[in-house]
Amino acid sequence: MALLELHDLSVRFATNDGEVQAVNEVSLSIDAGETLGIVGESGSGKSQLSFAVMGLLARNGRASGRVVFDGQDILNARAKVLNHIRAEKIAMIFQDPMTSLNPYMRVADQMAEVLMLHKGMGKRQAVAEAVQMLDAVRIPDAKGRVRLYPHEFSGGMRQRVMIAMALLCRPQLLIADEPTTALDVTVQAQIMTLLADLQREFGMAMVLITHDLGVVAGSCERVAVMYGGRIRETGPVGPLFHDPAHPYTQGLLAAIPRIDQQGDTLSVIPGAPPNMTHPPAGCAFEPRCPYRRADCASLRPPLEDFAPARARACFAPLADVRAHRHNARLDDLETGTRAPSRDEPVPRAALAGAGMAGTPSKVDE
Amino acid sequence: MMTRPLLDVHDLRVTFRIRREGAMPWAAPLPLHAVSGVDFTLDPGETLGVVGESGCGKSTLARALIGLVPAAGRAEWIDGRDLIGLSPRQMMTYRSDIQMVFQDPLASLNPRMTVGQIIAEPLKTHRPGLKSAEVKERVKAMMEKVGLLPNQINRYPHEFSGGQCQRIGIARALIVEPKLIICDEPVSALDVSIQAQVINLLIRLQRELGLALIFIAHDLSVVKHISDRVMVLYLGKVMEIGTTDDLFADPQHPYTQALLSAVPVPDPDYDPAATVVPLAGDLPSPMSPPSGCVFRTRCPRAQPVCARQVPALLGDAHQTACHFPGPLSDEEIARARAVRAA
Repeated sequence: MALLELHDLSVRFATNDGEVQAVNEVSLSIDAGETLGIVGESGSGKSQLSFAVMGLLARNGRASGRVVFDGQDILNARAKVLNHIRAEKIAMIFQDPMTSLNPYMRVADQMAEVLMLHKGMGKRQAVAEAVQMLDAVRIPDAKGRVRLYPHEFSGGMRQRVMIAMALLCRPQLLIADEPTTALDVTVQAQIMTLLADLQREFGMAMVLITHDLGVVAGSCERVAVMYGGRIRETGPVGPLFHDPAHPYTQGLLAAIPRIDQQGDTLSVIPGAPPNMTHPPAGCAFEPRCPYRRADCASLRPPLEDFAPARARACFAPLADVRAHRHNARLDDLETGTRAPSRDEPVPRAALAGAGMAGTPSKVDE
Repeated sequence: MMTRPLLDVHDLRVTFRIRREGAMPWAAPLPLHAVSGVDFTLDPGETLGVVGESGCGKSTLARALIGLVPAAGRAEWIDGRDLIGLSPRQMMTYRSDIQMVFQDPLASLNPRMTVGQIIAEPLKTHRPGLKSAEVKERVKAMMEKVGLLPNQINRYPHEFSGGQCQRIGIARALIVEPKLIICDEPVSALDVSIQAQVINLLIRLQRELGLALIFIAHDLSVVKHISDRVMVLYLGKVMEIGTTDDLFADPQHPYTQALLSAVPVPDPDYDPAATVVPLAGDLPSPMSPPSGCVFRTRCPRAQPVCARQVPALLGDAHQTACHFPGPLSDEEIARARAVRAA
């Protein structure tokens, strides 16, 4: 049985510029012990999705749909119910460890607070438990360091403190929102290894939210790719990376420079992500899509299964998407240029509204 | 080398004086060596990538070269003039030859100026004789070149997306026809799909205009993609420098090896154990760097000699500053596998 299920989860924000449709009808499920990666660019709604699950939306935000955790609907639940689930059942770590820890409290105090509140422990016992957890996240000299303030730790160590704090109540699900984005690569590697180890040790499920496809490839079992507040493609990590079935996934994979490959010109996704105050009527990726068809601008493609455990939201026939990628690859190998069809400029009219505030953008190359 | 390098940097040093927290007000401030003795050359039209973790002195190096922070040492321009220690007035003549593109695209553009004014500003400073019609003409041509529409000339920076703002920054740098552009993390604030557009733009412009680039980034994949040569910095010192192909295919310095192995690869079948153990610990404080080799506290090959002696940067085209340079041994690879498996 799935540990967490989202059914048609939508998040809307009321702003002065109108309603922002941050997340639209997202359905997902996470099994116990599983690692799910949610990938997307900034503004794709991946963080708001997790905030909605945790009941942490900003005051002008409204979530609708259903979020079922362990058989219980927790979306928009009362704080009393949520407080019982947050930290104890679902814990979350955030991108910036400095702004997520309380700068006025010693690490010992803020960690002990969690246990005293949720488990009713005494202070002494709670601090001892905190030290144990800091040991588990491989902080050297945990006993001495627990007396320090957050600013006395380095970035990587702070993120370890955050992780330790999230794990104090042994949650069944950990939501990690860009846990390594603020860190250097070498420290990022340490933290990702640590998370994988801890996940195995505690047997918890993890949702890893990130923009970095490299991080996802190295640590997740299943991936959901988001764009314009919707899931565009989901599938197990291997097939999704080797045989991306959605034009956006494909473009994203081709646009990242890779350390393990040679290459000259990067292929480019033209244009810019959509403005979610005025989302396009049809597929949000349509203005940037090389497989664009007549209906794409007006009809919204549903997320449909096309293979076991894989789904995508796109009208272009799967065979076309696959063939194009294959050709592009061959072209890359033979001439070092991109597939000819990608060089065709996107008509300027198709890009209206793609830039910020409706700025018509020009496509280069 | 037949031709004279565009820039020949020798023993460049930048030292900040830092007052220790909690120190008595009369205590002398302590030195922090942000860049300590960097040597490199840059040929005309070449791209030098500079990589390293945060706090390794990449940005300070860039700032020192254009005279934004006081530095010591030599940085000889192609005409034989030493750029270090020039008076602001003397530096003015070189400012149009060396331009800079900054990390945060929106923050580096004045929000109260139009795009046209922003791009024209360097021209007004460095080419005061130009007629305003000519300035406008050049600005429009430059906007076209970096992929902006010339009819957007009267818009303000906030009306543009991050990628477009970075294009404005690039246009502003290019308008005075510089010979060298220093890019300080030009794409790290951009989304993946926009990054590729800006990287391709930089590569195309560089080829068209014969520019030299110093490309500073923490993302090794981006650096590999754009650079001819790469320099690896650690705590203000050069660890390794070489052509991109050499350095990435056959890294000699254990730090470079660790750095390369830490880069996440977007391929689920990629086996990181084939490379090296991830580095333990954090960067030591630059206020009190380790004695001898600065990397020794995190180095898997450290020996007693590393604590006593500072390794010199040795080699011809591919230089390494290490007492025990060389590719990974079989034993090291086996140990990496064992650690990962555990």
